Amino acid sequence: MAKTIDQHFDDLRGTRVWRSIFRSGTGSSTLKRALAIQQNVFLHLFSTKVRSRMLSFSATWYLGTLTLGTFLILVATGIPLMFYYHPSVPQAYADTKDLQFVVSSGLFLRNLHRWSAHAMVFLVFAHMFKVFYRGAYRAPREFNWVIGVILLLMTLLLSYTGYLLPWDQLAYWAITVGSNIASAVPVIGEKIHFLLLGGNAVNANALLRFYVLHCMILPLAAMFFVAIHFWRIRKDGGLYSHDSEPATVRAKAKTSVATNAVTAKEAQ
Amino acid sequence: MADSKDFIAGIDSNAKKSPRRIVFITRRTSAQVKVETEDQIQTFPEVLFRAAVAVMTLAVVLVWIALMFNAPLEGLADPSHTPNPAKAPWYFLGLQEMLHYFPPVVAGVLVPGLVVMALIVIPYFKVNIEADGLFLKDRQRRLRIFYAVATLLSLFLLLFKVYAALVPTLIMAGVMLVAAQSSPQSTSAFRRYLAGRPLSYWVMTWFLFELVVLTAIGTFFRGPGWAFVWPWQGS
Repeated sequence: MAKTIDQHFDDLRGTRVWRSIFRSGTGSSTLKRALAIQQNVFLHLFSTKVRSRMLSFSATWYLGTLTLGTFLILVATGIPLMFYYHPSVPQAYADTKDLQFVVSSGLFLRNLHRWSAHAMVFLVFAHMFKVFYRGAYRAPREFNWVIGVILLLMTLLLSYTGYLLPWDQLAYWAITVGSNIASAVPVIGEKIHFLLLGGNAVNANALLRFYVLHCMILPLAAMFFVAIHFWRIRKDGGLYSHDSEPATVRAKAKTSVATNAVTAKEAQ
Repeated sequence: MADSKDFIAGIDSNAKKSPRRIVFITRRTSAQVKVETEDQIQTFPEVLFRAAVAVMTLAVVLVWIALMFNAPLEGLADPSHTPNPAKAPWYFLGLQEMLHYFPPVVAGVLVPGLVVMALIVIPYFKVNIEADGLFLKDRQRRLRIFYAVATLLSLFLLLFKVYAALVPTLIMAGVMLVAAQSSPQSTSAFRRYLAGRPLSYWVMTWFLFELVVLTAIGTFFRGPGWAFVWPWQGS
């Protein structure tokens, strides 16, 4: 009898090479499935088990997952965009034009990168409000909420630094308007403004700074905080579900004890 | 934990899931067996599969948008030619709208700084952990405070002619008044829902409302010189 795809996959996962890489072997037992998560350097950030009620769409709307999805799309489209881009004036604009009209699929890559960036900003906000309205910031998840706020700011900075890179009128004046706000900070405003732009106005230095921040420093920092964010979900007891929280369970237990006591008294 | 009795006495009788435990029960606690059979599912493969499906669906949608709509690209940056209006990215247009009414140090530094601070400290204040309806406890005093805060805030916004922020504030205040007149015994389900909302819910919803309204106005209703225009008028 011919083997199914599943069996071929199982065979693959049983090979010496696969096991040398992923450390966990074949098998669909609970243990093997737990090991598939726990023994993998990336997946071990997640819990090996999830409450099944948290898988329902209404519980999370998958907003965190989708935010990560946009981030992955942005990395995947951002790297090929970097191959065609020089962060210098006015070459940056010429490169963007080339992406629009010369490079194969360049237009599509840039479109996807731009719309995904907008989607990510939107999804991060949506995720934050969803988490708030579910009350999922409660102890012991306080610090994960704080990391979430940091990630929100990083997303805004990532989007903002990327906004300048096409070096067109839209980019130039949006960054001028935005960076002028920094000057309003009392006492050190002008210094911050200068530090951000590498000059007193948006110029070639600002473009280079924004490029380095956008393509290297901010993505690395974001990945670092995303890792902590995911790891803390596991450490803080999994995705927040009000009915499963120790406090709720305790409260329920207390009421049931009280009810029992009342019934016992009535029975006497 | 303020709760002095921070544990449940009991025996977990499911020997398959956990080793047998013996609990010593002090005189004043009553023993009970906690039945906990919360359904759990292995992350691999079920959860990862669902996550992959979710991300792929999103990717399909974004690819479709990318194929249908081109990202904007205007002329080469020209420092000597300022477009009118010069707009920040859309997620900052709420802030830019505020800049129209207040000096930069207020709208550009103080307000966003306070918002970020407020977001960070949310989980650390007990008022945000409380889940009781705002007007269910200590009703008279809370109503007085609510009236004072709503009036002062509205007068402040009126003074600076920030009608864009005043209208959402008044609408929220109206809904909160309905909430104050409702109770968990109300006949309408919506009123029962309103009555059960805590303070943190009202503050956050007001913030969300203002954020959406100000961003929408900045995006669609602002033309040359930051004057009010209709979206279909163009700039």
